[in-house]
Amino acid sequence: MAPDEKSLHDNDKSGRDSVTADPQTREDAGESSADIWVKCPACKEVAFRKEVERNLNVCTRCGFHFRLSVEQRLAVTADRGSWRELLADVAIGDPLGFIDSRPYPMRLAEARRSTGRNDAVVVGLARIVGRRVALGVMDFDFMGGSMGTVVGEKLARLFAKALHEGLPVVVFSASGGARMQEGALSLMQMAKVAAAIGRLRDARLPYISVLCDPTTGGVAASFATLGDLNLAEPGALVGFAGRRVIEQTTNRQLPDDFQRAEFLLNHGMIDAIVERRAMRSTLAQLLAMLTAGGRAPGRRGRSAKAR
Amino acid sequence: MLAIRSELARDSGSSERVRLARELRDVSKQWSSALAPMDRVRLARNPARPQTLDYVGLLIRDFIEIHGDRRFADDPAIVAGLGYFGTRPVAIVGHQRGHSTSERLRRNFGKPHPEGYRKAARLYLLAHRFGLPLITFVDTQGAEPGVGAEERGQAEAIAANLELMARLETPVITCIIGEGGSGGALALAVANVVLIQENACYSVITPEGCAAILFRSAGPEKVDDVARVLRLSAADLKALGVVDEIVTEPAGGAHMDPQAAARELGAVLRRSLARMDRMTPQALRRSREAKFAAMGSPYLLDDCLENRRLPG
Ligand SMILES: [Zn+2]
Repeated sequence: MAPDEKSLHDNDKSGRDSVTADPQTREDAGESSADIWVKCPACKEVAFRKEVERNLNVCTRCGFHFRLSVEQRLAVTADRGSWRELLADVAIGDPLGFIDSRPYPMRLAEARRSTGRNDAVVVGLARIVGRRVALGVMDFDFMGGSMGTVVGEKLARLFAKALHEGLPVVVFSASGGARMQEGALSLMQMAKVAAAIGRLRDARLPYISVLCDPTTGGVAASFATLGDLNLAEPGALVGFAGRRVIEQTTNRQLPDDFQRAEFLLNHGMIDAIVERRAMRSTLAQLLAMLTAGGRAPGRRGRSAKAR
Repeated sequence: MLAIRSELARDSGSSERVRLARELRDVSKQWSSALAPMDRVRLARNPARPQTLDYVGLLIRDFIEIHGDRRFADDPAIVAGLGYFGTRPVAIVGHQRGHSTSERLRRNFGKPHPEGYRKAARLYLLAHRFGLPLITFVDTQGAEPGVGAEERGQAEAIAANLELMARLETPVITCIIGEGGSGGALALAVANVVLIQENACYSVITPEGCAAILFRSAGPEKVDDVARVLRLSAADLKALGVVDEIVTEPAGGAHMDPQAAARELGAVLRRSLARMDRMTPQALRRSREAKFAAMGSPYLLDDCLENRRLPG
């Protein structure tokens, strides 16, 4: 699972570039040139940051999709003012007493400080083009979006909440995989969330997974590929094993598009690639169509129990 | 230990035999608990350890192997089939690493491709439809990292099995018999009862892989350190609530006496199955879901919980 984090750490900086620099640094830095300009890693075009941001952080020249922070994602996805976060206080200690070059609690504390969050996912209720949904967004800036007990718990409870309230679920993933620092407990979260999805599926409530750059390892191998529909943003890296691991074991250079959304689409592994500017409307339309058949239970519907 | 064993093998009086056997057990216990975590991983990987097909041979009567995923291929890294455990027909799925070099190559060292997981899924569904208990054996370093595996949806194949296993309305028992490596192991291990042999291990990532990520240059001493903090031994996993029961092995490890290892495992399997006898199909699913829903929860912090941690 986590082998993939390796490749992530390597291109950490390039993929994210500077658009998603955390807000604090941005404020502190004042009006430096990196603040005003942004360079597209794909076409190398240098553009006004403001202009790129107005374009939903998509390169105006070549369409490259910059990674989004959680706040940016919520802003371009949920109806204005509709987001209500749940379970923000759920946090983990240090179950294993894990230490590498630094102890796990220290890594956690740093990630908490820089992101202002307890862990690598936010969950809550929102509206998308007027439609109520249970929404989860992963935070790649929090330890590579890795899934430990908190991520598993919050998502499992989000699916349970959606089941209880008769709501569809949308989850935006961005993760290097399971979190090594919580050992086998992280691994178990994959099963925890998958089991919760099974219940939602039985109740015929739709779940749409949106694979964002990057989604790999244990997250790709659990909830991120279990959607009734699995969508991806253009260019998103999605896969099980890390590119470097595969190159090392196979001793072969991999093509540039390997494990990119377009590669997955060609191999029949995702349902559609959706550009960021079309994401909101596409989600709303798909949810409208999936729920129009009348099979989903109403709010708190009893039939949630029926097959 | 070997001296005691050879004395045991010679014909000595029965009271002497009992004494020697007990002594062997004690020495072996001490030896086992003194093992460094990485030695434990090496022991779990020992190619001489009994593998799925060995246990099938020793525990299952009239085994009929079922091949293929009906989509692409038959993956020899996973064996699946039907047979009798005692008087009960059961479905069996397990990783098979192989003993000889040629078998290991043929079976890709027990690292499955997506079609292996999809073959497993067929057996899960058979077990579910016909109410057969499902017994799985876990013994893999992890799922195959390769171009073909990615092209054919390795991630999706594993994910689908996690959901499917969770929802089966039939008893599911997993035994980790060697190395349980990450999602490639978990795709066979969403069970009502998860057993682990004394010298087996189970981890989110191999110590080598983990050290490579955390320390870039992963020398052997870093791998040892990482193996220690990953808490992948049977005893640690039991304390974490990841496994339910530790199955004892013959002195020196399961490979020293595969028959005795199988007897021990068989007894625990029988007992575990019997405990699920009176559960309804729905209750079997519910309790499995509840078990995994609680994974790690004791370690979540909120106002009333202190920061829990494994001792040591
Ligand atoms: Zn561009």
